[in-house]
Amino acid sequence: MGLLTNLKDSISRAASTLFSEEDPKRIGIYGPPNAGKTTLANRIARDWTGDAVGPESHIPHETRRARRKENVEIERDGKTVTIDIVDTPGVTTKVDYTEFLDHDMEKDDAVRRSREATEGVAEAMHWLREDVDGVIYVLDSTEDPFTQVNTMLIGIIESQDLPVLILANKIDLEESSVQRIRNAFPQHETTPLSALEGDNMDEVYDKIAEYFG
Amino acid sequence: MPEAKLPEDEDGVKIDLISAQRMDGKTTMEKIRLILDGVREGKIVILEAGLTPDEESRLIEVTMTEISPDEFTGVEIETYPQSKADDSSLLGRLMGREETKKLTVIGPANQIETLHKDETLISALVSRK
Repeated sequence: MGLLTNLKDSISRAASTLFSEEDPKRIGIYGPPNAGKTTLANRIARDWTGDAVGPESHIPHETRRARRKENVEIERDGKTVTIDIVDTPGVTTKVDYTEFLDHDMEKDDAVRRSREATEGVAEAMHWLREDVDGVIYVLDSTEDPFTQVNTMLIGIIESQDLPVLILANKIDLEESSVQRIRNAFPQHETTPLSALEGDNMDEVYDKIAEYFG
Repeated sequence: MPEAKLPEDEDGVKIDLISAQRMDGKTTMEKIRLILDGVREGKIVILEAGLTPDEESRLIEVTMTEISPDEFTGVEIETYPQSKADDSSLLGRLMGREETKKLTVIGPANQIETLHKDETLISALVSRK
C-alpha cells in the first residue's frame, strides 16, 4: 500500500514538473504539405501575441525548418493556458524537385528547395519523437485523408501516447468535407476550422485549452 | 542463406517478399537498410509483418537523408489503415492482430502509385522505371 502510494506521488510529482506553469508544453503542428499548418500557427500567434510565425504559400514545402513561437498565452474561461507552438514542415515520404518546376521555379532553386524540404521533414520527425508534448494535426478537408502519411503519422503519435487534436482546415472552400476526416480517424475528435478566414477559432481555442491545458 | 541470382537487364519489376521471421532479431537500422537498399535498386519490398510506428518514423527520416535529385525521390509506402480501437482489444492481440503486424508494401516513389485504399484493400499501379 505504502509502495503504491509512494509510486503514485512520484508520478504526480514528475507530471507536475513536466507540465508546470513555468515550463509551457510544446505543441507541434503537424500534417501533410499544404494543409495550412503555418496559416494556423500564424493565426494563433497573431491572435494571442500579435506576431506571426512564418511565411505562408500555396507552393508545397514553404516551411522547411521547424519554427517555435514561445509562451503563447491563450485565455479561456478566465484561465490562461501557456503553450509553445512548433510549426513543422509538412511530412511526406517523397520529394521530387521537378514538382517545383511547375511553380515557375528555376532548376537550381527547385533542387535547393527540395533539399531543404527533405531536411525539414527529417527535422519534423525528430521533433515528434523527442521534443513535443502534444500535437495539433492539421488536414486539408478538401483532400482525401486516407493517405499513408496521415495513417502513419497518427499511428506514430498514438504510439507515443501524445494528446492529439485533429483539425479539419479549409472549411471555407466548397469541396470541404469534415465528415470524411471524421470517418478516417473515428478514434479521435475532429474540429472544423478555416485558419485563413478565422472561422470557428473559438472552438479551436476551447479544444487547445481542453487538450493541452 | 543462398541468394537467387537476378538476371542482368531483365525487363520487369523485382519484388522481395520478406517474411516476419527474416526481420525478427534485426535492429531498426538493419531493417531500414534492408528496405531502402532494395527500394533503391528499384525493387518493390513487401513485409509480412510491417514496421512499428517508431520504425516507420525512422524510415521516413532516413529516406529523407537519402533523397537526391535525378536519382532517388523517396519511397511510397502502403499499409492497411487500422483502427486502434479494433486492434488493441485483448482478442485482437491474442489473434496476433496487433497494430504492427500488418502487411506493408514499400517501393520507389517514381514506380508505385496507389489507386485505391481502404481498411481491407490496397490497389496500386507498379510501373517499370
